[in-house]
Amino acid sequence: MPKDHGIGASDKRREDVRFLTGKGRYTDDINLPGQAYVAFLRSDVAHGKLNNVDTAAASGMPGVLRIFTGADFEGVGGLPCGWQVTDRHGNVMQEPGHPVLAQGKVRHVGDPIAAVVAETYEQARDAAEAISLDIDELPAVVDMKEAVKDGAPKVHDDLTSNLCYDWGFVEDNREAVDQAIKNAAHVTTLELTNQRLVANPMEPRVAVGDYAAHDDSSTLYTTSQNPHVIRLLMGAFVLGIPEHKLRVVAPDVGGGFGTKIFHYAEEAFCTFAAKQLKRAVKWTATRSEAFMSDAHGRDHVTKIELALDKDGMFQALRTETYANMGAYLSTFAPSVPTWLHGTLMAGNYKTPLIYVNVKAVFTNTVPVDAYRGAGRPEATFQLERVIDKAARELGVDPIELRRKNFITEFPYATPVAVEYDTGNYNATMDKLIEIADFAGFDARRAESEKRGKLRGLGVNCYIEACGIAPSQLVGQLGARAGLYESATVRVNATGGLVVMTGSHSHGQGHETTFPQVIAEMIGIDANMVEIVHGDTANTPMGMGTYGSRSLAVGGSAMVRATEKIIAKAKKIAAHLMEASEGDIELKEGKFSVAGTDKSVAWGDVCLAAYVPHNYPLDQIEPGLEETSFYDPSNFTYPAGAYACEVEVDPDTGKVTIERFAAADDFGNIVNPMIVSGQVHGGLAQGIGQALLEGCSYDENGQLISASYMDYAMPRASDVPFYTVDHSCQTPCTHNPLGVKGCGEAGAIGSPPAVVNAVVDALQRAGKSNVTHIDMPLSPARVWAAMQG
Amino acid sequence: MYAFEIDRPTTLAAAVEAMGAEEAQALGGGQTLIPTLKQRLASPARLVSLAGIAELQGVCKDDAGRVCIGSATTHATVAKEAAGDYPALAALAGGIGDPAVRNRGTIGGSLANNDPAACYPSAALASGATIVTNTREIAADDFFDGMFTTALEEGEIITEVKFPVPEKANYQKFEQPASRFALTGVFVAKYADGVRVAVTGASEDGVFRWTEAEEALSANFSPDAVAGLSVSADDMIADLHGTKEYRAHLVNVLTRRAVAAA
Amino acid sequence: MTTVNMTVNGKAVSGDVEGRTLLVEFLRGPLGLTGTHVGCDTSQCGACVVHVNGEAVKSCTMFAAEADGAEVATIEGMANADGSLSTIQQAFQDHHGLQCGFCTPGMVMSAAALLKDNPKPSEAEIRAYLEGNICRCTGYHNIVKAILAASGQDADAIAAE
Repeated sequence: MPKDHGIGASDKRREDVRFLTGKGRYTDDINLPGQAYVAFLRSDVAHGKLNNVDTAAASGMPGVLRIFTGADFEGVGGLPCGWQVTDRHGNVMQEPGHPVLAQGKVRHVGDPIAAVVAETYEQARDAAEAISLDIDELPAVVDMKEAVKDGAPKVHDDLTSNLCYDWGFVEDNREAVDQAIKNAAHVTTLELTNQRLVANPMEPRVAVGDYAAHDDSSTLYTTSQNPHVIRLLMGAFVLGIPEHKLRVVAPDVGGGFGTKIFHYAEEAFCTFAAKQLKRAVKWTATRSEAFMSDAHGRDHVTKIELALDKDGMFQALRTETYANMGAYLSTFAPSVPTWLHGTLMAGNYKTPLIYVNVKAVFTNTVPVDAYRGAGRPEATFQLERVIDKAARELGVDPIELRRKNFITEFPYATPVAVEYDTGNYNATMDKLIEIADFAGFDARRAESEKRGKLRGLGVNCYIEACGIAPSQLVGQLGARAGLYESATVRVNATGGLVVMTGSHSHGQGHETTFPQVIAEMIGIDANMVEIVHGDTANTPMGMGTYGSRSLAVGGSAMVRATEKIIAKAKKIAAHLMEASEGDIELKEGKFSVAGTDKSVAWGDVCLAAYVPHNYPLDQIEPGLEETSFYDPSNFTYPAGAYACEVEVDPDTGKVTIERFAAADDFGNIVNPMIVSGQVHGGLAQGIGQALLEGCSYDENGQLISASYMDYAMPRASDVPFYTVDHSCQTPCTHNPLGVKGCGEAGAIGSPPAVVNAVVDALQRAGKSNVTHIDMPLSPARVWAAMQG
Repeated sequence: MYAFEIDRPTTLAAAVEAMGAEEAQALGGGQTLIPTLKQRLASPARLVSLAGIAELQGVCKDDAGRVCIGSATTHATVAKEAAGDYPALAALAGGIGDPAVRNRGTIGGSLANNDPAACYPSAALASGATIVTNTREIAADDFFDGMFTTALEEGEIITEVKFPVPEKANYQKFEQPASRFALTGVFVAKYADGVRVAVTGASEDGVFRWTEAEEALSANFSPDAVAGLSVSADDMIADLHGTKEYRAHLVNVLTRRAVAAA
Repeated sequence: MTTVNMTVNGKAVSGDVEGRTLLVEFLRGPLGLTGTHVGCDTSQCGACVVHVNGEAVKSCTMFAAEADGAEVATIEGMANADGSLSTIQQAFQDHHGLQCGFCTPGMVMSAAALLKDNPKPSEAEIRAYLEGNICRCTGYHNIVKAILAASGQDADAIAAE
C-alpha cells in the first residue's frame, strides 16, 4: 500500500497552485520603482583585439543614463572560478582573468563589451547599436585539438597556451593500465564526441540590481540555483561588498539544470550599476542572448579503450578526453571533466585498472560548465557505449557481459578514488528486464519490419556520484568552497514550523517534500510546515541546489536540525509531565511517558517553549529554533539500468523512441510522484541529447545554433510515455534519510541507451559496419551512416 | 524592435493607400515578421496590418471550380474550410508551425515571404495556383523568384490565391528537427493534363518544380515511376540539419510517399 | 502611441501602446498580468500562449494594437469563479504536470484550446497539439497525462499501455 502521508507519500505539490494560476513570482516579474534597463553590446566576432569602444554618440541618445565599458571595471575584480585542478605533473591549472566587461580583447561571440543603462529597454538597445567599436578580428580557435597545437592562436595572451590543464587520474596507474591493455586478450576502442549542449531552462536569465543609499546596501534579484554562492562570489571577489551589505534573492526560478549555478557578468553588472546610478537596474535575457551568454554543457571528445580477458572480464580501461572550457573558466568548469567525470569511470563494474586523461582546452566559444549530470553523463556514455561495442565484437549478450562484471559487494572502493557505499546492480537489471518487456521485443520487431521500419533495443547501466559533496574531500580535490548544506528549523509558539533552507527549489518541489519529512519525524500534518528558501536575508548560509544534492544534503541538515528540536522538546515535555527525559516518546504529534497514559501534545510543548511559565529554565533556554549545517561523509551513488527501443526509418534515417524504461535505485524515497517526474524530465533531456540537440560553431567561431530555429529542443511528440520504476532501493548508508538523489539520473542514463538501440537496429538490418554514430543522431546522420 | 507605426485598415483600398507611405510593409499574421523585427533585421516605418480586412478573408470556390483563399486567411481556417474541396492543401495548412501559429499566420504572408523552407509555396507551385494582387494576377510559375524573393512589386498586396483542384494530391513534409519548418517538403498534384511536383526546403533557389518526376508521373502515377530518378544535389541547401545529398535523397523519398498517399 | 481597448479576463482595460508593443508586453507591464511568460524570441516555446477571441495565440508574436477590441484570456482568468482550480488546472496538479512552472501558463492555455475543439483527444493528438509548447522539466509525460485526465479519460491506463 502506498503511504498517504509523510515519507513515501505522493503528496500533491503545494507550489503548483500559484504556478497554475499565474501567481508565480519569477525574477522578471519583479519591477522596482524607478528601475532602469540594461542592454549589453556583445561581440559578434569570436576573437578580436578591442582597440577602442567609442560611446560618445550613444551617450547622448534619448533615455541613456550611462554607458559602461571594460574601463569602468578596471578597479573591480573579475568573475572568479570556484575550483582549481592540479595537473598530472603537479602544476595548478592555467587560470585566466574573466572581466565583467571585455578588456583589451573579445574572446567569444556574445562576450559583453559595453552595457547601456537607459530609461527603457529599447532606448538602451538603440544606444548599444550606436556604440562604435574598433576591433581587429583575430583568427579564432574552435576545434580543441587544433587549439592545443603549437602556434595556434591564443585565447589568452598571458597564458602559455590554450591548455588549461592536462590531468591524469590515477596518474600512478598509468603504466599498469598501459601494460594491461597491451597484454589483453581483447581490446575494444571507441572514439566519440559528447556534443556541446545548451541547458535551456525555459526561463531565460534575469538580473535586477538595487541599491539602498540609506544603509549603503545592495540587493540582487537573480535567476539562480544558489543565492548564497552568488552573494559570496560577487561580494567577496568581484564587487567587494561585504555579505552584511549584500542580499541576493532567487525567487521562483524557471528551471536551472546547472546553468543557473554560476556567477555571471550580468549579475555583477546590475548590482554594480545600481549602486553607481542609485537606481534599480534590470536585465532580462532574450533567448538569443541566452544562447551566447549562458554557460554551455558537455563538449568532450574522447577515445576510450576497454581491455577484456578471454572470459570477458574487464581488465583495464583507458580514456583520453579533450574537454572544452570555452573562452573563460566558468564557476565550476574545471571540476566537471575531472572530479565529476574521472571518478565515475568505474561505472557499475569491477574493472581493476583505470586511467583517465583529460586535457581541458580554451577556445573562442561560450564558456562550458555543469549541465544536468555534469561529467557523469560523459563518463556513462563512453563507458556504456564501449561495453556495448565490446559485446558485439565478442559476440556475447551485452546484458550478460555487464552482469559478469558488476560490482556485487559493498562498500566497494573503485580504482578511481571513490567508495560506493551500497547498491544492487543485478536487482535493477532484473527489474528493467521485467518492466521493459524484453520478452515481447521480437514480436514488436517483427511488427515494425512489416511496416518497413528497423527496430532496435539498447540497454545500459549507469552510476552517478550525487549528494555533492564531502567538503574535506572536495577541498583536497581543488574546490574553493565547502559543499555542506544548512537548515534552520523554527517552531512557532502554536506549533507550526518554518524551515529556512539553503537548498533552492526551481522545479524540484521542496516546498512539498521537505515538509513531508518533518511531518513524518514529528507526526504532524505536513501543512503545519512552511519552507523558506532563495533569499540570503532569511536563510542560513547554504550552497544551493545542483548535483542531486537537495534532499541528501539539504534534507539531512533539516533532519539534524529537527532532531535537535525534538530533543529539546522532549526535555520540555519531560518537565511538563514530571517524568524522566529518557522515558519520553514522540509519536503522532504527541509526547508520552513510556509505560504510562501520560501525554502532552506537540502544540502544548511548543507553547511552553515560548511562554515559559512552567519551564526548566535552569537547564534549557526558552524558544524552539535550531540550525544545522550538514556535511556529508561521502557522495551518494544512485544507479540503475535503462532500456530504449527505437524504430529507424531506413528511407530517411529518422529515429523514433518507441519505448523507454528506467529502473533506478535512489535509496529511500520521500515522494514517489515527484521522483518519477524528475526521471521523466531527465529522460527527455537525455533523449534530446541523443537525437536532437547540438550546439554548433563554424570554423570562425560563429554560433550556428543560436536560437530554437537551429537548436532542436525535444517536443511532446518526440518522446513516448516512459516506464519508470524505483522500487529497487538500497538506502544510502551515511545520511539520515537513506536517500541518494534523483535529479540527474535520467539525463545521465538515457543517451547511451538510445545510441545502443539505434546501432542495434542498424546491425540487425545488416549494417554491420555501423558501430557508432555521434550524437545527435539526426535523421541526416543516421541516413549517412547507413550509406557508408 | 525599432519603432514603427501600425495601421489597421478595414478595406483593401485603405490598405493599398497605407502601403504607399514611405517604408511601409504589409503585416499578415506576423509569425515570421515579428521575430525578424525582434532581431532588428527589418526596420519598417509603418506596418499595414491586413488582419482586419474582411474582403481578404475566407475560403470559397469560384465558377471554374478553383479553391479561392483570401490572403489574410489563417492557416487554421484553411485547414478547416478547405478540407472538403482540397484536402491535401488543408492538410498542409494544418501542419504549418503549431496551433497558435496557425491561428495567426496567413497564406498571403507565407507566399509573400517565400521562405525557402515554408510549406505553402510548394502547394501554390504544384497546383499551378494564381496569386491575385491588388493590381494583377500572377501565375505561381512566375511568382517565386528564389529565396525570400517574389514577383511582388513595392507596395503590392496579395489579395487572394486561386488553386485549381487536382484529381489527387498529397504533401509530404519532413521536418527540420529544430524549427519544424520543412527540411524538405514535396507537394504532388495530379491534374487531368498532367502531374505537377513542387519541392520546398531543399534548394538554394527556393521552391522548385521537379520536372523530370512530373513527366514520369504523368505517364505513370505510381511511386515506382520515380524510384529511379534523382534530383541533382548541386543546388541543394547544406546546413546543420542535412547535407545536399541528404536533401536530394529526401526529395525522391518524399515524392514517392506523396504519390502513394495521394 | 495609440490607445487600445480590450477585454482581458472579462474586464475592460485600456492603455497607450507603441506600434511595436507586443501583446505580452502590454499584459505583463501596464496590466501587471505576469502569469504570461516569455521564453523565446522565435515564436516557438509557447510560454506566452493566451487566447484572443477564443483562439490560442502566441502573445509574444502579436502586437497589442492588433488586439484592440479583442477578448483576451490569460492564465489569471482560468480558475473557477470561486477561485478553485479549473478542471485542467486541477489535472495538472493531480498528475504532476508541472515542475518549475514557467511553461505552465502556456501549457494550460494550449490545453484549454485543444479541449475546446477536441474534447477527447488521443495521446498522439495531444502530443501533436503541443508542438508549439516547450517544457524542459517534465519530459511531457505528466503533461500529456494531465490533459488526458482533464478530458475525462483514464490517463494512468493509457500511459501504461
